[in-house]
Amino acid sequence: MPETATDDTTQTDAELTPDLAAPSKDARDKHSSDEAAERHAKRFELKNVNLFYGDFHAVKDVSMKIEPNRVTALIGSSGCGKTTVLRSLNRMHELNAGARVEGEVLLDDQDIYGRDVDPVEVRRLVGMVFQSPNPFPTMSIAENVAAVLTLTRRGLKKADKDAAIERALRGAHLWNEVKDRLDKPGSSLSGGQQQRLCIARATAVEPEVLLMDEPCSALDPVATLAIEDLIRDLKSRYTIAIVTHNMQQAARASDVTAFFNLEESGKPGQLVEMDATEKIFTGPSKKATEDYVSGRFG
Amino acid sequence: MAATSIDTTTQGGQILAGASGGKRRLGDRVFSNVVIVSAVTILALLAGVALFLIAEAQPAVFANSVDLPEGKSLVDYIAPLAFGTVLAATIAVFLAVPLGVAVAVFISHIAPRRLAMSLAYIVDLLAAIPSIVYGLWGIFVLGPAAVPILKWLTDHLGFIPFFAGPASVTGRTMIVAGLVLAVMILPIISAVSREVFSQTPRRLQEGALALGATRWEMIRMVVFPFGRSAVVSGSMLGLGRALGETMAVTIILSGSGVISFNLVSQANPSTIASNIALNFPESSGLAVNVLIASGLVLFVITLIVNMIARLVISRRNLQ
Amino acid sequence: MTFGVGSLGRGQLPQRADLLVVAGVAALVAALLIATGSFGIALFLVLTVAVSLPAVYSWSRAVEGSRRAKDRLVTLSIYVGFALAVAPLLSLLYTVVDRGLARFDSAFFSESARGVVGAGGGAEHAIIGTLVITGVAAAISVPIGIMAAIYLTEYGSGRLKKALTFFVDVMTGIPSIVAGLFAYALFEAFLGPGIRLGVMGSVALAVLMIPIVIRSSEEILKIVPNHLREASYALGTPKWKTVTKVVMPTALAGLITGVMLAVARVIGETAPLLVTTGVVDSINSNPLDGRMQNLAVYTYIEYKDPGVMIQESYDRAWTAALTLIAIVMILSIAARFIYRRYGTEIR
Repeated sequence: MPETATDDTTQTDAELTPDLAAPSKDARDKHSSDEAAERHAKRFELKNVNLFYGDFHAVKDVSMKIEPNRVTALIGSSGCGKTTVLRSLNRMHELNAGARVEGEVLLDDQDIYGRDVDPVEVRRLVGMVFQSPNPFPTMSIAENVAAVLTLTRRGLKKADKDAAIERALRGAHLWNEVKDRLDKPGSSLSGGQQQRLCIARATAVEPEVLLMDEPCSALDPVATLAIEDLIRDLKSRYTIAIVTHNMQQAARASDVTAFFNLEESGKPGQLVEMDATEKIFTGPSKKATEDYVSGRFG
Repeated sequence: MAATSIDTTTQGGQILAGASGGKRRLGDRVFSNVVIVSAVTILALLAGVALFLIAEAQPAVFANSVDLPEGKSLVDYIAPLAFGTVLAATIAVFLAVPLGVAVAVFISHIAPRRLAMSLAYIVDLLAAIPSIVYGLWGIFVLGPAAVPILKWLTDHLGFIPFFAGPASVTGRTMIVAGLVLAVMILPIISAVSREVFSQTPRRLQEGALALGATRWEMIRMVVFPFGRSAVVSGSMLGLGRALGETMAVTIILSGSGVISFNLVSQANPSTIASNIALNFPESSGLAVNVLIASGLVLFVITLIVNMIARLVISRRNLQ
Repeated sequence: MTFGVGSLGRGQLPQRADLLVVAGVAALVAALLIATGSFGIALFLVLTVAVSLPAVYSWSRAVEGSRRAKDRLVTLSIYVGFALAVAPLLSLLYTVVDRGLARFDSAFFSESARGVVGAGGGAEHAIIGTLVITGVAAAISVPIGIMAAIYLTEYGSGRLKKALTFFVDVMTGIPSIVAGLFAYALFEAFLGPGIRLGVMGSVALAVLMIPIVIRSSEEILKIVPNHLREASYALGTPKWKTVTKVVMPTALAGLITGVMLAVARVIGETAPLLVTTGVVDSINSNPLDGRMQNLAVYTYIEYKDPGVMIQESYDRAWTAALTLIAIVMILSIAARFIYRRYGTEIR
């Protein structure tokens, strides 16, 4: 974990209120309604997806839908494959040596593993926030946010770039805390702020989907609530899938919950049940689900 | 790293060794003295190197120019040699650093993983070859092969002082010497850089890729900044090696002691080391002292370069 | 307006596009050069690379976009860079083997250069000289080096340790000729000027070997797990016995490997020996009695002062070079083999 120095003048996460102030004029002008309509959150559909690490069958026969403008939580005990499933949605799974995907992963009816598909473009459209905040240590806050943005939008004028950075930071509820120190290193922020910086960085490239892999597990409870607030705000603009081992978080923050488990130790993970969050937690259909959510096991 | 475990051992060893007796046993006393004496000997050795060299160089420093070889003052004698040394080494570093970094990134990120170790071994083989063999190869193979290129350079780029010409017909030029030196120091730069490149934290690399960066963009964004100080220190180590290199340069260059930036002609500067190698066996009297004085200068230069390199590494380890 | 199907895939080049382009360009260039009668390996390679790189870039740029094109271009350039780095090695090895085989005969290894000004003769004196000089150097540097390494890992603390660590680092950078000058200066102080002895060369080589031995021994000793030491202390073993009977045997294979690699490094040194052991034609196996020749210096002298028949001298030089490389390779490979095979499994 990187050493994070908290600036005395920084607002703590507890003092934070979601920044709903109107964006600066420039940002507003550039963000035309046309553009807003162009981007709509996309829908994932997995059909009979099997995931392998070399010969090891990690996840078997997953079929599920992840709806836009909703938060879908993937829960289950450790090792049951929920992170593996998440990483197959933005083609990060294949970065592991020998990793393999079988089945179809459709993003708005287009298989992201199709032969003509560019994985780099998939990763832009499907953003990811990691368990442990990972801002680039040699870059400032502004540079972090703009890191890949300047690569995807060539010839971006400085004013436009600054507007995009501000927009992303506002969208991540971080603008007010950092607007006076955009050139300070990304690692000088607190843990919660770093995670919001990573979220700003991910949204800066204008994805349609946001994947979050246990985004709060490295954060304190106050920072966690701030992130959950942010997620509630973000779902109006993106499709969100979040892996969490914290059931209370899933109950609080998600609309739909998918429960995974291992059939048996040594067997591949599988999707057991997926339904509206409230139903999963108050009246699940499968016994395994009920055992898990009531704490009887896992 | 393992540094903490060493200290634990030392403390643990001393505490426990003390606990098992009250007073230190004879065996322990003898052995630890032997060990400490060895350590001190090494320091004495280094001091000795400096001292003896200074002692031997002294007569040359205080002699009259008239008595010195070629009738020049000591400074006038050594300066062109120092120039040649630095010039050759600079060319070598200039060529070896980009190539060494490319090779390092190739092995750490681009080559198929199963081949990576073997490829690293092959590059490291370059370091194992004795410099005399590089010298022979340089003068019999690389030099002649370079002749047409030298001609091309003087014909088309002759307006640049480096390539002013007239082009040598044997290939025995500063640029060829620099090339051979570059090949010799490339494994050092590559090994040091590659070591750090492959330790780039996975989560930083994944972070960049997950944003939709291409592999090269990720390398530029994450790997190179992470490994920057390693590249710098590796380059300085390579520079130090190139400065002190003797045989390859001695064979390839027929130095005439000129001070010139012309890299492709017959008339070339000599280096301190090659000058010593050529003249020492037949020298006597004050000439020997002069050569040793020049060796002392070389020693100081490489010392400074190496110390800076180590400082860069240690500053990085503190981060 | 929504993103349509196909937004994920812009065009893609065929699977092995890079290889196809390079192969195609190579064929074209070869044909062109042969047709104009100016085929040369170097020219062929340079032209192929010079044309392939922009070709791949342009094609990719048109089909896949500039970011992907840049990625391909850089990747291809790095492949070329690697080839460029390995080419000298291949060229050198080929040259040495090709030219060295001429005299790779029994005469080379059983005759000295005594009285030889033309053909024939050998390097027996140089080989013996190499063994003696390097052997004595090892005898000097190994005990001191390993003891110092033990100091650093087992006993060291405070300022002496810091100073030693720093200066060992500095020592690794001593130019080999300076080490030779030091050995000369040392012996000259006691034995007068113009002295040339085998053992002087050994001292010079020892100065070069010591930091290498210390560094590698230190690495190996650090890897020996602490719980071995603690188990030994817990049994009441005094520290010196723990070090000599527990730590060192565990590390033995690694220590030997380190020494072999240090030897491999100095066995081919010429410069320090030119200024210390001098040049001699006949066999001398007494390090304390006059000049001695090692294989590297022999190679140099055969080149620099060829006898009446120049090519013969050059042949001998190449054979000596081949022998040197063979020795270094064998030492390196044997060292790694020993480490892998006999190195105690350290968890």
